[in-house]
Amino acid sequence: MLMGYSFADLGAIFAMQGFAGLVLFSVFLLMALGLAIIFGQMGVINMAHGEFMILGAYVTFIVSKLFATFLPAAFAVYFFLAIVLAFFASAALGMVVEWLLIRHLYRRPLDTLLATWGLSLILQQVYRSIFGAREVGVELPSWMMGSLHLSESIEIPINGLIVMAITTLITIGVYYLIFRAPWGRQVRAVMQNRTMAGAVGIDAGRVDRLTFALGCGIAGAAGSAFTMIGSTSPTAGQLYIVDTFLVVVFGGAQSLIGTIASAFTISQARSTMEFFLSGSMAQVVVLLLVVGILMLRPQGLFVLKLRR
Amino acid sequence: MSENAGGPPPFSATRRRLLQGMAALPALGLLPSAARADAPPTSVVNTTGLAVTDDTVTVGILHSVTGTMAISETGSVEAEKLAIDQINAQGGVLGRKIKYVQEDGASDWPTFAEKARKLLVQDKCAAVFGCWTSASRKAVLPVFEQYNGMLYYPTFYEGLEQSKNVIYTGQEATQQILAGLDWVTREKGAKTFYLLGSDYIWPRTSNKIARKHIENHMKGTRVVGEDYFPLGHTQFNSVINKMKLVKPDVIYAIIVGGSNVAFYKQLKAAGVDLNKQTLMTISVTEDEILGIGGENIAGAYACMKYFQSLKNPNNEKFVPAFKKMWGEKSVIGDVTQAAYLGPWLWLLTAEKANSFDIDKIAAASPGVEFKGAPEGYVRIHENHHLWSRTRVGRARTDGQYDVIYETADLMEPNPFPVGYQ
Repeated sequence: MLMGYSFADLGAIFAMQGFAGLVLFSVFLLMALGLAIIFGQMGVINMAHGEFMILGAYVTFIVSKLFATFLPAAFAVYFFLAIVLAFFASAALGMVVEWLLIRHLYRRPLDTLLATWGLSLILQQVYRSIFGAREVGVELPSWMMGSLHLSESIEIPINGLIVMAITTLITIGVYYLIFRAPWGRQVRAVMQNRTMAGAVGIDAGRVDRLTFALGCGIAGAAGSAFTMIGSTSPTAGQLYIVDTFLVVVFGGAQSLIGTIASAFTISQARSTMEFFLSGSMAQVVVLLLVVGILMLRPQGLFVLKLRR
Repeated sequence: MSENAGGPPPFSATRRRLLQGMAALPALGLLPSAARADAPPTSVVNTTGLAVTDDTVTVGILHSVTGTMAISETGSVEAEKLAIDQINAQGGVLGRKIKYVQEDGASDWPTFAEKARKLLVQDKCAAVFGCWTSASRKAVLPVFEQYNGMLYYPTFYEGLEQSKNVIYTGQEATQQILAGLDWVTREKGAKTFYLLGSDYIWPRTSNKIARKHIENHMKGTRVVGEDYFPLGHTQFNSVINKMKLVKPDVIYAIIVGGSNVAFYKQLKAAGVDLNKQTLMTISVTEDEILGIGGENIAGAYACMKYFQSLKNPNNEKFVPAFKKMWGEKSVIGDVTQAAYLGPWLWLLTAEKANSFDIDKIAAASPGVEFKGAPEGYVRIHENHHLWSRTRVGRARTDGQYDVIYETADLMEPNPFPVGYQ
C-alpha cells in the first residue's frame, strides 16, 4: 500500500504515525496506572475501574458547564482545575467504596471481581439517572482541539500532547509516591507482608484505604483527560476496561515498570498494525500475540520477587 | 367495506351494539377518526383475542432504557409516547384509547425476545413499537412470527429482511445510501471514496452496497480504502493518518455509538478540516451530535430521511410538540421521527382494515399513506417498508443540520437489492 507515494509524503506519515503510537502509549499507560496500583499492590480485581474513570469525565463536564456559565473569561483553562477535581472526586468515592465493600473482601480476590462488577453496574445506573442515558458533550477550549502545524503535511494534535504531558506527570508522581516517599514504603511493606507490617506499627487498614483511593483518583484523572479523545456516557467506561486489564496483566501485575513496558509494546503493535491492517484485524492480531506470550510467560513481562 | 359487515352477526354482540357498529361502518374512511362518535363493537374489530375492550386497546413499547443502547433508544420511546398521547387526544383508534405496556429490553438481545413473548402472550398487545439494533430485531422476529404479533421497527437498517409481522418505518440501506452517493458525486465531483465502519452487520452490509454502487453503477469512481473497527473503539489516529496519505475525495463513515465521539474529536484534532475534506455519514443524527459536540463535526454531510430542521407544516407542529413533552433541550434525530410514525401508521392501518386483527393489519398495510408525517409524506410498500424521500444535511456548529438536498421523488424501498449483494 506504500507504492506510488512521494518520499516526503511517506516521511510525514511515518512521523505522524510514530506520534500516534506515542499518544496511544500515553492513553494506555494512563488507563492502566490506577488499575496497576489497585490490582498489583492490593490484589483487588477492580471491574469498576472504568466507572471511576467516567466519574472523572462527568466531573469535567460539570466544571466545564460551571465555567461556561459563571466564569466564561477563564474557560480556556478550566480543564486544569477539572482534572484535579476529577482526581479528588474519584479518590473520595474510592475511599467510601473501600470502606463499605472492599475491606471485607481482601482475602477473597475472586469475590472482589464479582463485587466490583456489581458496583460498576450500580454506578452506571447512577450516572444514567443523574445525567441521562445519552452521551454528554464536554466542550473543550478551542486551543486544546487544534493541531500544531509543523510542516505542509505534518500536523501534531494538541490534545495528544496534553495527554502525554498528563501521563508523564502522573507516572512520575506515582513513582515518587511508591518508591521514594515514606508512605510508599508502608504500601510496599503491607503488600509484602501484611502481618509483619502491622507488627512494626503500620496501620495496614489505613494504607489500604489510601492506596485504593490513589488508584481510583488516577482513574478519575485519566477519565478527565479522555474527554479530549473519547465519549462521556454512563457506559463509556466499558470501552476502556478490556484494554486496561490487558495492559496490566501483560505487564506483570505487581510491577509498575512492567505496566509501562506493556503499555508501550501493546500500543506500538496496535498502532503499527492498524496502519497496515483493518482496525478489527489489528486488534485480533495483538490479542493473539499477547495470549501467545502469556502462555510462555504466565506471570507477565516483569515480576517482583516476593515472599509469599 | 369489511368482511364482517356482510357476515352473520357474532354471538356476543348485543342488538344495540351491532346496530351501532353497522351504522358506523359506512362512515369509516370518510370521516377523520375524531369525528366518529361511536366505535365499532369489540367482537368485530378483534376476533383473535387481543387486549381490546370496548374503550381501550393495549399496545407494547419495547426498547432499551437501561444498558448501552439506552443512549439511542430513549428518543424512540419518547416519540412513541408522544404519538400515542396525540392519538388518544383526538379520539384513539377505532374509538378506543390506546394503553401501553412498556418493557425494557436492557440492551440484551435474549431479554428482548423474552419481553416480546411477554407482551404478545401475556399482555396480548395489538401492536408493539420497539427494537433499535438489528440484533434485537433478529432476536424478536421469530417470537413475532410464532405468536403472530405486529412490530413497528424504527431504525434505518441494512435490509435483507421482510416479514408479514414487521413494518419497517426507517429506511433500508439502498434508500439511504444510493441517493447520497449520487449527490456527492454530482455536486462535489467526488471520484475516490474511503469507506469506514464499525464492525458489525449494518455498517458492513451498507458499505458493501456503497462499494457496489461506486464501482458498478457510477462512472469513474472508485473505492480507495475500507476499514472496520470493533464497537466501542476509541483510537482512530492510525486510520486518520492512513486517510491523510491516500487523500480520498470523500470519507464515507458508518461509525456508531461512543466510537463516533472519539472519531470526530480525533479527526478535528488531527487538523482535518471538514469544510475542505468532504465527509459523508449515514450514522450521525442530531442525537449523536449531542455527544460529539457540534463544533467537532460542523461541515460534515449526513444522508438520511429526516432532519429536525426540516421545513414543512407537519414538522413545524411536531418539533414544538416534542419539546413541550420532553423538554426544550431535546433533539430529534432520524430514528426518533421514524419511531413517531409507528403508532400513526398503525392507527391508519387499523382504520383501513376496520380491525385490530394482526392478519388484517398486515394485509391492509401496503398502500397506507400518512400525510401528517414530520418528514413529509410516507406510504407503506408491498414489502412493508416505507416509500420516503432521502435528504442530505450539512452539520452546523449548533448541532443541527441544514437540509441542502432532497430527492425529487419518493425512494422505493428495496430490501433485497439485485446487483448489490
